Amino acid sequence: MHEHGHEHGHDHGDHHHGRELPQTELLTAALESLLVEKGLLSSDAIDRIVERYEKDVGPMIGARVVARAWADPAFKQRLLSTPASALAELGIRMDNLVVVENTPAIHNAVVCTLCSCYPWQVLGLSPAWYKDLAYRSRMVIEPRAVLREFRLELDESVEVRVWDSSAEQRYMVLPARPAGTEGLTEDELAALVSRDAMIGVAKVSAPALARREGA
Amino acid sequence: MSAPTESSLDVEGAAAPPRRNGELVFGEPWEGRAFGIALALSDQGHVPWEAFRQQLIVAVAAADGIPDAQTRPGYYENWLVALQRLLIERGIVSGAEIERRARQFATGERDIVNPGDA
Repeated sequence: MHEHGHEHGHDHGDHHHGRELPQTELLTAALESLLVEKGLLSSDAIDRIVERYEKDVGPMIGARVVARAWADPAFKQRLLSTPASALAELGIRMDNLVVVENTPAIHNAVVCTLCSCYPWQVLGLSPAWYKDLAYRSRMVIEPRAVLREFRLELDESVEVRVWDSSAEQRYMVLPARPAGTEGLTEDELAALVSRDAMIGVAKVSAPALARREGA
Repeated sequence: MSAPTESSLDVEGAAAPPRRNGELVFGEPWEGRAFGIALALSDQGHVPWEAFRQQLIVAVAAADGIPDAQTRPGYYENWLVALQRLLIERGIVSGAEIERRARQFATGERDIVNPGDA
């Protein structure tokens, strides 16, 4: 897993910062400063986006969608057949999401082989492994092996479908509702749904098991 | 398709715990800035999201071609390369401008101020 490179280019000579500023940081600052100066962006607008993604937007939005689908079969049908308008019912504006449902016979998983397309609006920012070459390249070739590495063992009889995201379409998995959750409220259901389950590399467990963090 | 716009992220009652699946959103402040710049450019109609995405695909493919994972650029480095190429390609900023401005930050002639910094 590797987010930042280890080589940041050449030395930049003297400066009064106490540390060597990496090229990435210099470049980013340069771009922001030029764009602000040209009147295209304001630093406030960038602040707001970053803050939103750091603090507010996360997988709990998708979890709410899943919980509603579990609780309300009519909503689930709308979510699968006309996702944009179903999402709009929950105040979510997203017109390129396709929701794929896990069943006893079919397990779905999501990848973006070309870059890192991801349904941010419902899942927040993607995890580091989703953007890694290993996941992007192997998930389409040997999904069962990759899923096993996520400690997800699927019966041989289960068909695995891997959805490759594109500019036009993003995917979210509707996981199977675990047994033993009949009495739970929608909020309690939503709390069971992990980001990984909505990417399709995990299942949702009933409460007792779900409390164990991991995988 | 379009990037998620700010308004599209407005979800009632979503102030719940942010990252239950706990993972750092951005490893370093510059990653968040680079992310925010691209989204803001698209949100405000300066650049179509798809144009950025195409540059990102090219940058990611180039990085994927580097066999050694230790020297392979990270995700946001690819993001930054894509952003820079996009802005140059569209004539929004020039390579020389970027270089000059980056040098000013490097020498301390200008200071980098990130909201995340102390």
